[in-house]
Amino acid sequence: MLKLKDINKIFNEGTVDEKIALDDIQLELKKGDFVTIIGSNGAGKSTLMNIISGVLIPDEGTVEIDGQVVNNLKEFQRAPLIGRVFQDPMAGTAPAMTIEENLAMAYSRDKKRGLRKGVTKERRILFKESLESLHLGLEDRLTAKVGLLSGGERQALSLLMATFTKPKVLLLDEHTAALDPSRAALITDLTREIVDRSGLTTLMVTHNMQQAIDLGNRLIMMDKGRIILDVDPEQKKTLTIERLLKEFERIRGEKFASDRAVLG
Amino acid sequence: MGTALLGSLESGVIFAIMALGVYLTFRILDFPDLTVDGSFTTGGAVAAVLIVNGYSPFFGTIAAVIAGIIFGALTGILHTKGKINALLSGILSMIALYSINLRIMGKANIGLLGEDTLLTQVQTASSGLGESLSKYSIVLFVIVLVILIKLIVDRFLDTEVGLALRATGNNARMIRSFSTNTDNTIILGVALSNGLVALSGALMAQYQGFSDVSMGIGMIIIGLASVIIGEAIFGDRSIRRATLAVIGGAVIYRLVVALALRVGLSPSDMKLMTALIVIIALIAPMMINNWKDKKKKDARRKQSASEMKAHLEGGKNNA
Ligand SMILES: Nc1ncnc2c1ncn2[C@@H]1O[C@H](COP(=O)(O)OP(=O)(O)OP(=O)(O)O)[C@@H](O)[C@H]1O
Ligand SMILES: [Mg+2]
Repeated sequence: MLKLKDINKIFNEGTVDEKIALDDIQLELKKGDFVTIIGSNGAGKSTLMNIISGVLIPDEGTVEIDGQVVNNLKEFQRAPLIGRVFQDPMAGTAPAMTIEENLAMAYSRDKKRGLRKGVTKERRILFKESLESLHLGLEDRLTAKVGLLSGGERQALSLLMATFTKPKVLLLDEHTAALDPSRAALITDLTREIVDRSGLTTLMVTHNMQQAIDLGNRLIMMDKGRIILDVDPEQKKTLTIERLLKEFERIRGEKFASDRAVLG
Repeated sequence: MGTALLGSLESGVIFAIMALGVYLTFRILDFPDLTVDGSFTTGGAVAAVLIVNGYSPFFGTIAAVIAGIIFGALTGILHTKGKINALLSGILSMIALYSINLRIMGKANIGLLGEDTLLTQVQTASSGLGESLSKYSIVLFVIVLVILIKLIVDRFLDTEVGLALRATGNNARMIRSFSTNTDNTIILGVALSNGLVALSGALMAQYQGFSDVSMGIGMIIIGLASVIIGEAIFGDRSIRRATLAVIGGAVIYRLVVALALRVGLSPSDMKLMTALIVIIALIAPMMINNWKDKKKKDARRKQSASEMKAHLEGGKNNA
């Protein structure tokens, strides 16, 4: 469903600020795969997401979604294929517009926008039904401005909007990081529920190791622009935080040793 | 109704069409578009030239709207494709339009007295209704027109394209992730806005009986004043409410100007007065909020101080 081949991305190439953000990334997700990504700050996780969604263009390599090479498609042209939720709860919705208007925009994502009304009677019924699945009572507040919602409510709505038209790929970049623990747990549960129900192919970045282990069928770890660990579905079933940390130390150690050998 | 009052009402309603255009860019798109000063004149120029050359006033007015749409689109293209800052794009268009407007008119001023205009046609058509009624024919005509435009704008902003346009001004990153080309929505919005502004200019030229190359100077500030005054007085909770407020704001602005002239200010003072109104309307809400905040904080501090005191005294009694 999603295939990344030989992806390289260097920021400020040829200057003192040069930064290799992605270094020869290879990644393939099968339909229905739910992959969690962990890695230290600056590892290149967000850059990877931005390259898939078309916010950034790779220096080298190809991005393929559902058998289609999308390298030449701009962000808005890829958008029908991709659902996204950002870390900032403010980022995924339009605060000055109502809940139903926001949902109407999500509904139009994979259709041509015209001069039909965005919110119609039939659509409103559909919006209500899907809002009910969030269990937050938002279905009774269709005409409330989204700016009035709490961060958790907005993030739940963002998640619903991102998945409304069943995109080929769902990208979640630390989408629970800005919420307090109980709200984060709520969004985590909703994520599991929605992804399971629709069998969405999903990439989720998180700094919460437990969350990375609990969710999804595959886990990858990134460091300095590379994928340094790829835990397959079989191994992931028995994965614990301790084993993950131990594995990380081991890889770091090996790398350290090989760096020494090169420098030696 | 006094003639002076009626006159301000008529011109206020004509300006309201321009203010609705300014509302589209300034509020909906969050794009401070200064093309307005140029495109208002363009509207007047195109209509006047066509009318004096024997075309029907209706055709002249439609052509004016189309010219406004084209020049608005150019500003939008400068900003989105040329990556020029929004304010600067508008200023560039405005300056360029000054020359273009002179070219269109061929001279600095075209008189329309004695020509058939949309408004003289309305007067002729209503002359059978008796003098007391036909006196109000122009004001009724422009009111019906502005209400019609308001309803169309409201309806448009509810469509799928309209929602995308509003989201472009509200959260561009979000609507791009929902497959909208925000370059296109910006160009469309600025184009429609200047179409309305040019319509207002075309009507104003026909109303005052001439088109002048400087008739658009300061229009953007009058538009802003109308939007800000309207929202402050009538509220902006929904689009429907806000567009009505903008119309009200434009009329009130006009009445205030008429009043100021009557108490002895000179017409050349009007631009200064308008700028002052906008400055006050922009600053006042902020100052009022700060003042309220400070009062709340003071009250809280006073309370916690007295609690502290009570606590200390309580401690003393216990000892
Ligand atoms: N637009 C940019 N210009 C220059 N450097 C950038 C840019 N975006 C990211 N970087 C750099 O690329 C590296 C990877 O950044 P990225 O945001 O992908 O990290 P991340 O893994 O998402 O980190 P975090 O966990 O902190 O979100 C970082 O060193 C960052 O400073
Ligand atoms: Mg990141």
